[in-house]
Amino acid sequence: METKTALELKNITKTFGSVVANKNVCLQVNKGEILSILGENGSGKTTLMNMISGIYFPDEGEILIDGEEAVIRSPKDAFDHKIGMIHQHFKLVDVFTATENIILGLNNEDKFDIKAAEKRVQEIASKYAFVVDPEKKIYEMSVSEKQTVEIIRVLYRGADILILDEPTAVLTPQETERLFEVLRNMRNDGKAIIIITHKLNEVMEISDRVLVLRKGEYIDTVKTAETDENKLTEMMVGKKVSLNIDRSEPENVADRLLVEHINCMNREGVPVLKDVSFTARAGEILGIAGIAGSGQRELLESIAGLQHIEMGKILYIDPKTGEIENLCDKSPVQIRDMGVRLSFVPEDRLGMGLVGNMDIVDNMMLRSYQKGKGAFLERKAPKTLAEDIINRLEVVTPDANTPVRRLSGGNVQKVLVGREIASSPTVLMAAYPVRGLDINSSYTIYNLLNEQKKRGVAVILVGEDLDVLLELCDRIMVLCGGKINGIVDARKTTKEEIGLRMTKLQKEAQEA
Amino acid sequence: MKNHEKIVREPLMHVVKRDDLVWYKSWAVRLLAVVIALILCAFVIVLLTGYDPIRVYSSMIQGTFGTSRKIWNTLQRFSMLLCISLAVTPAFKMRFWNIGAEGQALVGGLAAAACMIYFGKSLPVYLFIPIMAIASILAGILWGVIPAYFKAKFNTNETLFTLMMNYVAMQLVSFCIVFWENPKDSNTVGVINRATEAGWMPELFGQKYLLNILIVLVLTVMMYIYLKYSKHGYEISVVGESESTAKYIGIDVKKVILRTMALSGALCGVTGLLLVAGTDHTITTNTVGGMGFTAIMVSWLAKFNPIFMMLTSFLIIFLERGASEIATVFQLNESVSDILTGIILFFIIGSEFFIHYKIHFRAKHNKEA
Repeated sequence: METKTALELKNITKTFGSVVANKNVCLQVNKGEILSILGENGSGKTTLMNMISGIYFPDEGEILIDGEEAVIRSPKDAFDHKIGMIHQHFKLVDVFTATENIILGLNNEDKFDIKAAEKRVQEIASKYAFVVDPEKKIYEMSVSEKQTVEIIRVLYRGADILILDEPTAVLTPQETERLFEVLRNMRNDGKAIIIITHKLNEVMEISDRVLVLRKGEYIDTVKTAETDENKLTEMMVGKKVSLNIDRSEPENVADRLLVEHINCMNREGVPVLKDVSFTARAGEILGIAGIAGSGQRELLESIAGLQHIEMGKILYIDPKTGEIENLCDKSPVQIRDMGVRLSFVPEDRLGMGLVGNMDIVDNMMLRSYQKGKGAFLERKAPKTLAEDIINRLEVVTPDANTPVRRLSGGNVQKVLVGREIASSPTVLMAAYPVRGLDINSSYTIYNLLNEQKKRGVAVILVGEDLDVLLELCDRIMVLCGGKINGIVDARKTTKEEIGLRMTKLQKEAQEA
Repeated sequence: MKNHEKIVREPLMHVVKRDDLVWYKSWAVRLLAVVIALILCAFVIVLLTGYDPIRVYSSMIQGTFGTSRKIWNTLQRFSMLLCISLAVTPAFKMRFWNIGAEGQALVGGLAAAACMIYFGKSLPVYLFIPIMAIASILAGILWGVIPAYFKAKFNTNETLFTLMMNYVAMQLVSFCIVFWENPKDSNTVGVINRATEAGWMPELFGQKYLLNILIVLVLTVMMYIYLKYSKHGYEISVVGESESTAKYIGIDVKKVILRTMALSGALCGVTGLLLVAGTDHTITTNTVGGMGFTAIMVSWLAKFNPIFMMLTSFLIIFLERGASEIATVFQLNESVSDILTGIILFFIIGSEFFIHYKIHFRAKHNKEA
């Protein structure tokens, strides 16, 4: 087949203040081809795509579509050039049906005919083997169905160049497989597809060529068939990185936290945890897998004393005395006063774990400011701690008095994890601790968790990357719709099994 | 189609966020804003009135610093505005939009007036002033804590609630004025205890306002230390920045809201006391005169820093006094001076935009090449 260039970028540069987001980036994608854009967080992938889809305007460089120079000043211009972007965060109206969302904002002269639109939606769907119900409302849909609607929406508008921003981040392994099938069908139909991702195995699986960015700079474009994961990582990071997680055998395992039949509701009064029971053991990493919103957050918050539970018990076994204490409906301060050293790295780092506008020292103080007599703050100890964490975890910051919101995601997380570990916890809970982190920082965090495990801490880790959970954890508990759908041995299970448990309740869980 | 796309070009300008400026550059931007504002005002003066703008400006300075009486009056107004601005600051830092400082100060003043009227003859001075102070502070606290309680308990909207409380306070004062009328049918209270001067703040070194000013300066320093170095101040910042962080580390958010609003109300009460017992020696519905609202601007402009607030409240008072001076000297309508004040404030507030953002114009590179 003759290859024709669909989209070409030449020497694109974009700066924000003194930050260079893209520097002389070149990109070229052919019709009937899938191009992956690979790069760590902050390497400029999304900025580049935003310039193609008309959200930003490049400072320098040109964009060519079908060989003609094009000026894209707004998302509408992008549509006129048949470019369609599927964002990471869906932009859909919840109370509308799939079809209504798809035709929303279309401004053609024809009469409004929803039946005809539905028919076209069905046609597009069957052409590329999508599964979609045009009359289903968005709020009744799963994440993967919503994504399907987003993709059909851009196809409906006649897009020939599709950009997908981290499309697999929220999907289960099975859903990812289905998406890739659809993408391959579209490729064979002659569409040009660009997918942004940082998952190497997916890059290898789906794309024809890979473009690598590092810190805003264009590194290279290589054929997928002629490279491998290690080479790509090296291009992405700029140096050799070992991608192995060192998992030690658990030692001195002892029960530390017993969760018994807890039920709880979210703020709207909808039950989110149903009869959850499990044991977290010292010297072990317990992974929690599940589709986003399956109750992970509520579970950790219940243990941390931030969420009221309707029923059940949370029992803590003191490692020294063996005494059992009930943590139910205790506030975080009461839990601390009971001598339970519980550390919690929440999902929302800057909204919950840290205060973005405060400097590192003041953030260290969050846990300890009440210590010391008198009405005034003691800033000496937190300052020492801040400097210690900066040195030990190699936090990149001008100094300890820099507001944490100015640090990069990885450094923010190092500050947070560093503070939580500093209190030498007996239970450490972490929710999505490597989300948005680059490879080096991710491995720093994995190592820290492993270190805590060796120290005899009961580590509870909520994660989204199943490959990592399988490599790092000792046991994996799968949550599905607020219920426990099996606790499996991470050394023996497979990604597919966990994926299946994430979406479909097993018999034993249904009966429970 | 091919050709028309080539005509479309980069937008003429776009706004870009800039890195933090070093302090002297950001002050240079602010200073520049004031200079530009003054130049613009000069044009407005010439166009509207035909007077020499330099003369107008110099009479503004005359009005503020011209005589020692004027200087004292300026300092007095400055300290009152600063005091009420200090009062709203802890609440604002907590992101509790207390726009009820006006009412909180008014009930504080009302309490002071009531003490002067009812106990003025019976109590010795050394006992009397402290009792008056306590009454004012308690009244302010009451007015501040009511909306805070409803906010903490039922999550009501504090902006509306505190605003409404202003009107309640005003009606309460009108009601009391009817009782306390002196002389009869004047519909005013008149100067309270004119003969005995009971309950009047004592003069220091022959200056009747010096005590007020000193009290406010001490309060400023205390507030600065409280917000920056105390545990309470730290809790206020955390609650203001993120309520979920506060809960996560175990701060009792409701308690902090109540405590901080009590403090805010207490300081408003002090302002009321100083206005009634230390300045006017009477009470009207207009005793606070809108300062409770001006305080919001003072506090915001200073980014909730009590030390900077000395600067911003001084600026506002300078504009206010200068404006009323030119209104009398040139026999201008008050509106002209309001226009000038408006322009200057607009530029000062607008300059903050240029401190945080810069504007990129389309580069003039040659496209045909």
